[in-house]
Amino acid sequence: MKHVVRKLFMDYQKEEDYLNEMAAKGLALVDYTFARYVFEETPKGEYIYRIELLENPVKHVESQNYIRFMEESGIEFVSSVYRWVYFRRKAADGAFDIYTDMDSRIRHFRRIRSLSLFGALINLFIGIFNFYYGFFEVSFGIPPFNSYISIVSFTVFTLILIIVILPMTKKITSLEKEKSIRE
Amino acid sequence: MPESTERGALTEAVYYILLSLYSPMHGYGIMQNVKEMSKGRVSLGAGTMYGAIGTLLEKGLVRPESGENDSRKKEYVITEAGREVVSGEISRLEELLDNGRRIVGGVMK
Repeated sequence: MKHVVRKLFMDYQKEEDYLNEMAAKGLALVDYTFARYVFEETPKGEYIYRIELLENPVKHVESQNYIRFMEESGIEFVSSVYRWVYFRRKAADGAFDIYTDMDSRIRHFRRIRSLSLFGALINLFIGIFNFYYGFFEVSFGIPPFNSYISIVSFTVFTLILIIVILPMTKKITSLEKEKSIRE
Repeated sequence: MPESTERGALTEAVYYILLSLYSPMHGYGIMQNVKEMSKGRVSLGAGTMYGAIGTLLEKGLVRPESGENDSRKKEYVITEAGREVVSGEISRLEELLDNGRRIVGGVMK
């Protein structure tokens, strides 16, 4: 039986934890489209899930090569959105991590931070535009709707900053410090 | 002599990947082999390994092993340049070990 859950995460690690908690309960992700998770019933704890942000869109030949390599390594490609991919592996095969050294982990975190920064800035610019567009509306004698709407964009901007960018920066800094004394 | 940037330490992942490729192997085989060699201590993530192999190919330290049919899993093998790098690394590690044992050896329990 399939179960559909609608849910939106900003922090991919929270999302990964959620998928693994579900898998532990016997609900394994089989498909993901924006904010919509489809789970299938499986034996409890059959799979471990990992989410990764690729360098290129999923359709790109580099990404396809990579996904093929993963599948040849016994890792199952579950779903993808844009550059985000969802992988899983049988828990019986042991601990499952995609990145096991500091360099590759740092690079992955940097990719996520850049993408988030891009999203945050777009929201900031849209917010600023709408905020000032409100003044224009007032000069026409109508209420500044756009200024009110801009609050949404500013909120999203702030949330991305607090939930993703700052914690990611902290992680990168601490990994880099660690890297200066060990591999 | 030009300054060499190639004389630093190899990462543990790269060292073990190169060692594994003294005989041709595909990605999954390398992962298993490294785990076995290190008695389970080193478990290479597939993403980390994919990146490392890409760089090693670029630097010419490993090359794809030309298999008969393309649909099979891709195998890699170490090159002459790769073997030299491994030998260099082994002497470097020997020096580290010798010095370590000489100084700490007496007091290490």
